[in-house]
Amino acid sequence: MSQVPVMPTTQAPPPDEFETVPSGKIYGLMAEFDTPGALMIAAERVRDAGYRWWDCHTPFAVHGLDKAMGIKPTILPILVFVCGLAGATMGTVLQWFTNSSSFDLWSGLPGIMVRGYEFFISGKPASSFPTWIPVIFELTILFAALSAVGLMLLFNGLPRLYHPCFKSKNFARATDDRFFLVIEARDPKFVRSKAEAFLGSLDPLSIEALED
Amino acid sequence: MSTIIIDNTFEDPFRRAPLVLGHDNFTSVTEEICYVNEAPRPPKAWYVAFFISSALATFLVVLIGYLFVAGVGVWGNQNPVMWGFPIVNFVFWVGIGHAGTLISAILFLFRQRWRTGINRFAEAMTIFAVICAGMFPGIHIGRVWLAYWLFPIPNQMEMWPQFRSPLLWDVFAVGTYFTVSLLFWYTGMIPDLATLRDRANTKLKAMSYGILALGWRGSNRHWHRYERAYLLLAALATPLVLSVHSVVSFDFAVSQVPGWHTTIFPPYFVTGAIFSGFAMVMTLAIPARELWGLKNFITMRHLENMTKVILLTGTIVGFAYSMEFFIAWYSGSLYEKFAFINRAFGQYSWAYWIMVSCNVLTPQIFWFKKARSSIPIMFVASLLVNVGMWFERFVIVITSLSQDYLPSSWGYFTPTWVDIWMLIGSFGLFMTLFLLFIRFLPVIAIAEVKGVMPQAHVGHGHDHHLEDEQ
Repeated sequence: MSQVPVMPTTQAPPPDEFETVPSGKIYGLMAEFDTPGALMIAAERVRDAGYRWWDCHTPFAVHGLDKAMGIKPTILPILVFVCGLAGATMGTVLQWFTNSSSFDLWSGLPGIMVRGYEFFISGKPASSFPTWIPVIFELTILFAALSAVGLMLLFNGLPRLYHPCFKSKNFARATDDRFFLVIEARDPKFVRSKAEAFLGSLDPLSIEALED
Repeated sequence: MSTIIIDNTFEDPFRRAPLVLGHDNFTSVTEEICYVNEAPRPPKAWYVAFFISSALATFLVVLIGYLFVAGVGVWGNQNPVMWGFPIVNFVFWVGIGHAGTLISAILFLFRQRWRTGINRFAEAMTIFAVICAGMFPGIHIGRVWLAYWLFPIPNQMEMWPQFRSPLLWDVFAVGTYFTVSLLFWYTGMIPDLATLRDRANTKLKAMSYGILALGWRGSNRHWHRYERAYLLLAALATPLVLSVHSVVSFDFAVSQVPGWHTTIFPPYFVTGAIFSGFAMVMTLAIPARELWGLKNFITMRHLENMTKVILLTGTIVGFAYSMEFFIAWYSGSLYEKFAFINRAFGQYSWAYWIMVSCNVLTPQIFWFKKARSSIPIMFVASLLVNVGMWFERFVIVITSLSQDYLPSSWGYFTPTWVDIWMLIGSFGLFMTLFLLFIRFLPVIAIAEVKGVMPQAHVGHGHDHHLEDEQ
């Protein structure tokens, strides 16, 4: 790649140049770009045009695209911190309950009591915080890491094996070397003809309508 | 600007060394890396290696069956050396497993972008090494059907594990380490699995990669949370990796045995783990890059960086060996002093000197640029380091146990054939898993590699020309 295309000369190509879905509801319109730079400019324009239900699809995380799209920082770190604290609490309570209390706990199974067992060994105190530290630490990390991945997938709505984007043949290159921008039909500002002309003005390689 | 650079070992502060060679666009990067998985047949060497390693792994399974039927007497573990090979192998494999997370997490936090070429490898290696490691204490407990006693599960005796024991800390540390490493590995692989899914040419491939990729579609809203989660994982895994081998070292250091009861153990074990792990990454990466033509991604610069890490950690390990001796003398403790003199000149001195020559002397050749740029030298050195690090654990476990306080209970540990074949078999298991990984999963972090190419960077503002990037 010797030269990335410079600012597009804005000129809407005639509508018949695009593949279109003849009838029925569409999921959205997808524009294809061949460099992260071109996508970035397009994303800024779409953001400034006031669309809300739209997305970019890239083969790798493009640095700066979050800002170009106006994505707000995720609250994931705060939740992960809370889960880490839960892990620490769990570690403390688990060790205190099992090794240094005689606390009775109903397990929920018929006839089974779960109770702590005060364990005296080598004259050490039953409740000694320093010896709990490794397990508390490990459980903190375990809970935080599981929640980081779990919540990331949950917020992303994954796993979701079907998506309208996958109907497009071109879209397979979103994980290879092409950069896509999709404006969804549910966006309040979405009017198909206008959106098509607008995307055309961003100088994409192609525009495609996605079936719902 | 579009010139394709083939040497990146130069040291020029004004020029950033490229991390990907021979490619100037994303398409060819995808093609070249995916070819490892998509080639109709792997290289012949793969079949040979797979045949040997899976045979060894099968033999390991047979031996474990024999152990379960006959009992732990099939091992050389005897009074006073009750820990023997299983624990030596456990510590060895856990140590190997440390480089993966070090490369993925610590180098990630330090923005060492050269990690992208080798991190997937190293992470996979971590997972498989921890599997091998976890197996040994699992079968060492003797009555394997009671392995659930390791976990705080309510049981018929109304008893709980003893949380003041470092052995239990180990269960939690290694368990957490395995889980977090697996998450790290898998999370990093999701975008690349999607790449393989989208390139799949058979229904079976499309479905299996499709399910594994969880429907990843490269959405930037997803990337945003994904990157954040990845950063968090790195930040969590960094203290974790340091804690795991520290906890393993507590198994020794918290006891009263001379030669074990030292405060230097946690940092000394962690450094040794990184040292051996990097050596293992090198042992695996060198043949892999030759066989699958990955020299553009695992470049000479990557290998050279690894030799530098090996030199540094090897030297620290050497320093730790000498500090152990110094403290043994300085402490004035008779038993401590005896334990160390006995290590170097006693009945296991042969093991001690193998350890010193492999771990301390071998890495010193990497002071020379010539050694850092010669593949055969690197490969041999990495093998020697692996051998040396196994002997380090042997020396620590066996010498201290065989001759502790009471001369009347001294003994000499001799491994049985089962011990030796289980060790060899664990290498078979490790290599089997690794060869399957190379064949079926993305061996290099494709998305990350693309991200470190100059073409991936959009210049400041709208001026996305690339002059300032190269």
